[in-house]
Amino acid sequence: MSKYVPTRKNLLKSIEEESNFLSGLTPEKEWLDTPISFRPGNWCHGGKPQVIESLDAPNPRKWSPNDKDWQLPANWQKIIHQGMKDQLDKSRTLKIFMDTCVRCGACADKCHFFLGSGDPKNMPVLRQELIRSIYRKDFTLGGKLLGRLAGAREMTEDVLKEWFMYFHQCTECRRCSVFCPFGIDTAEFTSMARELMHSVGVNINWIMEPASNCNRTGNHLGIEPHTFKQMVESLVEDIEDVTGVTVEPTFNRKGAEILFITPSGDIFADPGVYTMMGYLLLFHHIGLDYTISTYASEGGNFGSFVSHDLTKKLNAKMYHEAERLGVKWILGGECGHMWRVIHQYMDTMNGPADFLEEPVSPITGTKFENARSTKMVHIAEFTADLIKNDRLKLDPRRNNHRTVTFHDSCNPVRAMGMVEEPRYILKNVCNNFHEMPENTIREQTFCCGSGSGLNTNEYMDIRMRGGFPRANAVKHVHDKHKVNLLTAICAIDRVTLKTLMEYWVPGVEVSGLHELVGNALVMEGESERTEDLREDPLEEIEEDEDEDI
Amino acid sequence: MKILYPFLSIFVLIIVVFIGVHQADLHFLFGIIIPYVSILVFLIGMVLRVGYWASSPVPFRIPTTAGQGKTLPWIKQDKLESPSTLPQVLGRMALEILLFRSLFRNTKAELSESKLAYGSNKWLWLGGLAFHWTMLIIIVRHYRLFLEPVPGMIHLIESLDGFFEITLPTFYVTDALILICVSFLLLRRLLVPQIRYISLAADYFPLFLIFSIVISGILMRYVLKTDVVKIKMLIGGLLSFQFQVPEGIGTMFYVHLFLVCVLGIYFPFSKLVHMGGVFLSPTRNLANNNREKRHINPWNPKVKIRSYPEYESEFREKMIDAEIPLEEEKNE
Repeated sequence: MSKYVPTRKNLLKSIEEESNFLSGLTPEKEWLDTPISFRPGNWCHGGKPQVIESLDAPNPRKWSPNDKDWQLPANWQKIIHQGMKDQLDKSRTLKIFMDTCVRCGACADKCHFFLGSGDPKNMPVLRQELIRSIYRKDFTLGGKLLGRLAGAREMTEDVLKEWFMYFHQCTECRRCSVFCPFGIDTAEFTSMARELMHSVGVNINWIMEPASNCNRTGNHLGIEPHTFKQMVESLVEDIEDVTGVTVEPTFNRKGAEILFITPSGDIFADPGVYTMMGYLLLFHHIGLDYTISTYASEGGNFGSFVSHDLTKKLNAKMYHEAERLGVKWILGGECGHMWRVIHQYMDTMNGPADFLEEPVSPITGTKFENARSTKMVHIAEFTADLIKNDRLKLDPRRNNHRTVTFHDSCNPVRAMGMVEEPRYILKNVCNNFHEMPENTIREQTFCCGSGSGLNTNEYMDIRMRGGFPRANAVKHVHDKHKVNLLTAICAIDRVTLKTLMEYWVPGVEVSGLHELVGNALVMEGESERTEDLREDPLEEIEEDEDEDI
Repeated sequence: MKILYPFLSIFVLIIVVFIGVHQADLHFLFGIIIPYVSILVFLIGMVLRVGYWASSPVPFRIPTTAGQGKTLPWIKQDKLESPSTLPQVLGRMALEILLFRSLFRNTKAELSESKLAYGSNKWLWLGGLAFHWTMLIIIVRHYRLFLEPVPGMIHLIESLDGFFEITLPTFYVTDALILICVSFLLLRRLLVPQIRYISLAADYFPLFLIFSIVISGILMRYVLKTDVVKIKMLIGGLLSFQFQVPEGIGTMFYVHLFLVCVLGIYFPFSKLVHMGGVFLSPTRNLANNNREKRHINPWNPKVKIRSYPEYESEFREKMIDAEIPLEEEKNE
């Protein structure tokens, strides 16, 4: 395991015993008087100068968050103040959220980072107060007159450092906003703070470098077109080894009916690649006329973890490419924040996509009316429709060696309302499915703890704390139902939950939904399947009990 | 400090009225001028506050979906938790505003023996809901002091509220309820460590203020038996812009009135504006129909993107080698 996290036993002890509201201890000092301290495992590296330059972003320099001097621009306070004013002017949402909180405390114990750290500043209400206190000082009469008594404070370098720490201990998962009686969404504060910090050159490399890569090569890891193609082709070979079927994906092909875009993690990261193999098998199975783009080879959008402008810049490639290739509509793979952007931002930012057609499934004829304007369909919607219309030949027994639970990814469930489609698919492709406890799934789901661009090694302590509530719920079904597979429809989940499970719940593997679809698909001309897509042996199927499949 | 200061300030306010009315005989100030000032500040303040909010657009449609959205026709949509049309949104908001739907979900997390558990925790919901509804009924009930003749509806509310005819004048259930609710809200702030830790002076002040208003009202009605006819004369005068203060209204009335006026003046500059904010929260008042209907952002910025031709010109040779189709097949 990473050197940036203590052993499981020690971390658990620390979660249970350190000054922690959950175990009944109250911190000695008020939060306004509690300084932050950077220690290994609780901060991410700052953006590298060449990365920042490549995006024409402010204040490129060599720096580290644990430096005493952050080499801020001389007028940084002015930049932040002006930035806050601009953002408030541009967003009623922020104004309402600034003014409306009554500090009722309903959100306090809803944050996974709070549950895994007990740190009071991880209560969503206090996370918001980190900014709200500045808002009061700069923009309200009470704050100006009464100062600290009104909960107001000056913007100082220490406050900026506190922002850096705690707005990178929020994954913009929006769980708190489900419970807030006014629907105040901490993700809005986090994106405001990150945008403000970015304007004075305070950001983290794990977000900025993928964003820069995505801009240049089309995907986060900076894979160039020829390598991207090779990587997919090697998956094609793996598929052939397991199934004996040769699938034939195409790249940048003009005139295809559908452009398929998925997070690049599915192309290169374990276990995302098995999900990719599932997509490829599915498309082959139904004879879909689709193409994959090397230019828009990233579904994810790390820009969305920094600023609206960068979100738009990276997202724009999807429509740009769809228009160039002349496809009818876009199909999107399994991803969390990618779908937050597609569902809630893409049309507003880069639409209207008049050059595309209203999405219709070429196999079933189903019109996806809910995607009429954005013209992009989620793969789970697409596959659920195929199964409902009986267009897939599935043998769920091929997943019998898996006892599955489903992790609702934050964005699909809390920003799209995607609850039933993945469950419907799961129940059709596997036989052993168990839900986690109800306060930890659906709209109350817990984040993996590493979302919003925090899945970097040097941040392992915080990540394992943030993922503790999710892991705890998985452990519950692992102990109770012997669950050995955690399935999720998010590329970040697939990477981060794997690490999380290895740390907290060994014995549970992680997969995407379409990996299980791929396992269950009975392909035309396939050889006898003895292994799943991971080349793990299948459980023997007793053919005499065979139902008609 | 954050508890003591608000407490002391209420104390000072009450002393001010006592001295002003009892000693200095400033009935006109406390009976006429301050109520007008309060109403004006409240109205203008709220208009300005809402105007401040309304002057900015809602750039993105960001409903928090708490249930299945509208997708395929055979998948049952949760219309109140993930509304896709205006009537459904109104339904969601009605649940939120009238019944505090989100607060009803509240849980309490506990960590024991390395396990997290989430128990149901509806006390805040119950206390909060009872407090707000009680307050509304009490405010409506007060209209009998403003209207002559008193409308039937207000009589009806009064008679329901005074169902238990156990005192004279009739005891109102809401008087007891609001005392219990305010005490609950105050005690949880003082006693629950997490809540105490996040509370500001601005959280205690309105609670102390409302508590004092309730107590002064109860004292007036049940103990000091203030002359309602004279109060009606005073209020009638205020409403018809006849500036007369009837003699002999007890000081407790002026305490009550003054504290209400302070509340009115304080309101637009405080967290109490959540009364308006709850209607305008974009995570609740927007439909989850994002991919169906485009949301317009008036300041949608122009952003320079890395276009396909730029991309192709950088990777052209590699793409040719990998047999990836190009836009322009020149240089072949």
